[in-house]
Amino acid sequence: MNSSPLAMSGFWSLWISVITLGVIAFCWWLLYGNRKTDKAPSASGEVETTGHAADGIEEYDNPLPRWWFIMFVITIVFGLVYLVLYPGLGSYKGVLGWTAHSQWEEEVAEAREEYAPIFQNYAQISVEELAQDPEAMQVADRLYQNNCAICHGSSARGGYGFPNLTDDNWMYGGEPAQIRQTIIWGRNGNMVAYQNILGEEGIENMANYVLSLSGQEHDADKAAEAAPQFQAQCVACHGPNAKGAAAQGLPDIGAPDLTDDYWLYQQPGQELKASIVQTLTHGRNGHMPAQAGYLDVGVDLPSDLRSKSQDELAELLPKVHLVTAYIYSLSNQ
Amino acid sequence: MKHDIIEKNVGLMAVLILVVISFGGLAEIVPLFFQKYTTEPVEGLEPISALELEGRDVYIREGCYVCHSQQIRPFRAETERYGHYSVAGEFVYDHTFQWGSKRTGPDLARVGGRYSDDWHYAHLHNPRDVVPESIMPAYPWLNYATLDGSNTATKLERLRMLGVPYTDEDIAGAADAVRGKTEMDALVAYLQQLGTVLQDR
Repeated sequence: MNSSPLAMSGFWSLWISVITLGVIAFCWWLLYGNRKTDKAPSASGEVETTGHAADGIEEYDNPLPRWWFIMFVITIVFGLVYLVLYPGLGSYKGVLGWTAHSQWEEEVAEAREEYAPIFQNYAQISVEELAQDPEAMQVADRLYQNNCAICHGSSARGGYGFPNLTDDNWMYGGEPAQIRQTIIWGRNGNMVAYQNILGEEGIENMANYVLSLSGQEHDADKAAEAAPQFQAQCVACHGPNAKGAAAQGLPDIGAPDLTDDYWLYQQPGQELKASIVQTLTHGRNGHMPAQAGYLDVGVDLPSDLRSKSQDELAELLPKVHLVTAYIYSLSNQ
Repeated sequence: MKHDIIEKNVGLMAVLILVVISFGGLAEIVPLFFQKYTTEPVEGLEPISALELEGRDVYIREGCYVCHSQQIRPFRAETERYGHYSVAGEFVYDHTFQWGSKRTGPDLARVGGRYSDDWHYAHLHNPRDVVPESIMPAYPWLNYATLDGSNTATKLERLRMLGVPYTDEDIAGAADAVRGKTEMDALVAYLQQLGTVLQDR
């Protein structure tokens, strides 16, 4: 027995071969059996009719026209040649050894030969420099539109729950290495729900405090009420001055800056305070899936990927490198 | 020529036509019922959970398969965009399979994990909210339809009769696993597991 997953038992191989060849033989026999008519033309050259008559229309009993007969023979010959060259008869693999998988592998290899050098060239150039290269950015724009635009938008301005990539507001850091990290491994921004910790009133107070941080309209008494709670509950991630995790040198936590006027989770038309209350009550679970496998398709990621240097990562994942430069270019023009 | 016999006996002609047509199926389809690569699951394939199964029924009810296929063909253009081409062993627990036959929207065979749960909720509620160019219909009612789980266990039992290896515990816990969830929860759960077994991208 062949150990290939596509191996076929002898019985089914024989079954397919017998039916296929049998049908071809049968067609051949049928064709030859009907090549000539029994009834010879009369002396005057008149061919007899079959005897059918419908509304006075009679039918000659002619054999198949010669051109039609030859075409039929050609299809049979074509079929037989095909069955010799390609795997059509059970487990017979065909003279050409063709498989769908090998055809796909060839396509992929051809494309790699053609395109890999282009991307490898880009991989040698730094993110900052690449961001200034209009041709590279055109290529990167295609990659962005195909892979990133579905969440961040075709103009990269994001939306409710999906960060804007064109401003200089970065939850996870906007340096090339940090952008690359975000793209390769994705991000999980998890804020727990505070409804059981703060209670309804506590959340109302805290919402006012958060509003006060960026100088929005708020109830100062309620905000003052929540200030000690903020220092107890929120500073671990958002920092003692509420400038966010990145400002504390902990960009991997991703907790946003609360002192600016950028609100990821404010729905269109939603009052700002309502969105803050919603965030505090139910928490948030922002998730960006890892993109390395989607951008650099077919690259085997080594298990020590996290210990690779920036240059090594660029070489290993050239398309991630290109998109990193693209994202970098959006806010560093 | 003796074609008279066939031409003048409609019953005989019908029988012979059936015989001729069946040859194609006998040679091309019947052997597949007995091939390991079509009948054995790929490594790591598990029956989908009760919630995912309810989501699958929503997928079928809403006719998602009309515009979305779940079958990546072995062409570079497809594997580059969607991931590894589909193999038969990924679908052995699907009754019926959702391969589809037409792509108005993209293929979904490996959509699992590609986007966040939040994205799916937003997108199914109104696709234009996240993809302004989208022509996909909105499905906001899925958010308001709550599952009661009254016939979830029966669905699992019937699938077990068809050879899907659900355990007694799966069936006993099926109703509780879906009760109170929305159809949206179920559909997102279903979408997020699609094609995740074959990780080789």
